[in-house]
Amino acid sequence: MDNLTFGITMLICGMGGTVLTLWIMSLVMELLGRLFPEKPEKKEA
Amino acid sequence: MAEAIINGLSGLVVGFQMLAMDWRNLIMLIVGFGLLWLGIKKDCEPLLLLPIGFGCILVNIPLSDVMSHEGFIRVIYDAGIATELFPLLIFIGIGAMTDFGPVLANPSTFLLGAAGQFGIFLTLLLALALGFPQLQAVSIGIIGACDGPTAIYVTSKFAPELLGAVSVAAYSYMSLVPIIQPPIMRLLTTKKERETVMKPVARPVSKTTKLLFPLVITILGGLIAPKGLPLLATIMLGNLMKESGVVARLTKASENEIANVVTLFLGLSIGATMVGSAFVKAQTLIILCLGFMAICLDTVCGVLMGKVMRVVSGGKVNPLIGAAGISAFPMAARVVQKEGQKWNKKSYLLMHAMGANAGGQIGSVIAAAVMLSVLAGMGIIK
Repeated sequence: MDNLTFGITMLICGMGGTVLTLWIMSLVMELLGRLFPEKPEKKEA
Repeated sequence: MAEAIINGLSGLVVGFQMLAMDWRNLIMLIVGFGLLWLGIKKDCEPLLLLPIGFGCILVNIPLSDVMSHEGFIRVIYDAGIATELFPLLIFIGIGAMTDFGPVLANPSTFLLGAAGQFGIFLTLLLALALGFPQLQAVSIGIIGACDGPTAIYVTSKFAPELLGAVSVAAYSYMSLVPIIQPPIMRLLTTKKERETVMKPVARPVSKTTKLLFPLVITILGGLIAPKGLPLLATIMLGNLMKESGVVARLTKASENEIANVVTLFLGLSIGATMVGSAFVKAQTLIILCLGFMAICLDTVCGVLMGKVMRVVSGGKVNPLIGAAGISAFPMAARVVQKEGQKWNKKSYLLMHAMGANAGGQIGSVIAAAVMLSVLAGMGIIK
């Protein structure tokens, strides 16, 4: 594979893959935050 | 008898003769002292630069056999660098030390961690344009991860001949983040943008979320980029131990004893790869320049992503936090906080920047993992 093809492929797949992966992870984190919200501590009677 | 004495004495001066014969060793001895000076006097990553500097001096003493077949540093190198074990052990410690709470409280800052990795890929292109072979270009680009263990992991795998230059560049520039980043941040932002006050991160994060985070990230990351799973898994294992709170001894050992011993061995081994004949080349200087470019490009892309988020959020985001989307944790976040305060005393960017910085920590590992998987996908590595 020539250097130009290699470089462009790495740029597109690498940068795109990194952004996509982190975006999916941020969505999952958002979902986890909504599914398991911090519950306020119960006040002692 | 006189001849025997002269021969015996000549054995004591042969080292000096060899030093005079190969000027590159002499230069590397000076480089070794330079690294020690940076670590001891300037407090630049002393935990790494001190053993690296000492290893560099050791290996450049003529006739030194520390890196020969049974040399003591060769044994350490073969056990921990050639097998890629040391960076992974360091990652367990990093995971145990890192609080991902800020990024969990504001998951959108994960994207700043992605932008902070663009320098890797842009530098890879530059290295290719300068004529470096493909796998060497990958190793040079990874300096832009701004993450020593990741750089060592990738370089020891694909371009071990560049390990010394890449590691020194990665760790040196990491410690220079407070000097490198602020001018770029000022250049790319307006006064109004820099003065923006961001609302405090209010959302608390539950223990369940903090426990599920390392597990979900490991599985998801492993599915997307299996080649980088060891990197991701070790950092997440350390974090799971920390957040679980039930293995305090293991957590403490990971972030102290294990990390300290491995750091010592790692530093010595890397220093010992800096032998004059292999290191004193124009190529090394080019790698150091490209590494510098990589970190500058990370900052540029991070700040630009911050500007995009500012537009999308209707002006609520201070783009300076984008500069924290690199792996130098928590140094980059502190730089952002300091810079923000310089322009507006009422601006407290630290927690937002910590989110971006934690995102950068994961981002650098994900970028390396994605890179390895793309290389495997293209059939360049197995």
